[in-house]
Amino acid sequence: MLEVLFWVFAGVAIAGGVAAISIRNPLFCALSLVMSFVALAGLYFQLKAAFPGILQIMLYAGAVMVLVLFVIMFLNMPDEERDEEEISKQGILVSIFLLVPLAAVLIGTMWSADLSDFGPAAEEFGSIQAVGRELFTNWLYPFEVLSLLIVAAMVGAVVIAKKRVVEDE
Amino acid sequence: MNDPRCYLTVAVILFTLGMAGFLIRRNILVVLLSIELMLNAGALTLLTFSRVWVSNAGHAFFFLVIALAAAESAVGLALIIAVFRLRHKVDTDDLAELKG
Repeated sequence: MLEVLFWVFAGVAIAGGVAAISIRNPLFCALSLVMSFVALAGLYFQLKAAFPGILQIMLYAGAVMVLVLFVIMFLNMPDEERDEEEISKQGILVSIFLLVPLAAVLIGTMWSADLSDFGPAAEEFGSIQAVGRELFTNWLYPFEVLSLLIVAAMVGAVVIAKKRVVEDE
Repeated sequence: MNDPRCYLTVAVILFTLGMAGFLIRRNILVVLLSIELMLNAGALTLLTFSRVWVSNAGHAFFFLVIALAAAESAVGLALIIAVFRLRHKVDTDDLAELKG
């Protein structure tokens, strides 16, 4: 049962990724990316990572992608302009000659590596208490730096996106 | 499914897709979405190794990655809105003012 679920989630995640980079309409790109993220949350649950799975659905598929969808609808691009988007020829060349070998090497190395199967996990592995204890003891400084970064990003986003007021009037 | 390599293979494929989208697409919104895809592939790798070594460090790092992605998309979308106000286009090829 769990095996079947893994293949379903992996297939949906990859299909959503393929759709996200190949569909012309950015709105449908974002929606297929939401599908991919929800399937990834399913994979996280299979990795006994309940807290990250819930975060993925709430924050990624929820908040971040809703923000993206708002911006796409706010821009409201005319269809003709969207359809004349040209894909990059150099990008396709680089993808074929760099990314395909890169992926092949990574997957090949991975499958020849000596990685053991998942062992039994402790009861509290992945629970919110355990993750919180880890985050606020061993990784406290990265966490604090990240909160500074988020404040800076919030202020920056507001300043960048607000309408310019003409001063010399 | 008990083999970590299956999860890592999914992560590699997603990362490659994100990188390809980043390189191929011209729409700046889709470029941003490709970056999100790559971040998620990295997050899947973190969680897989967290499960292999039964350690919560990967979960803590996943939290950091998600916060980073939220900050990145907020600034990126603000930039897109600012560019769209100026140019009424969101095509990366049109933005060549800084070219010498």
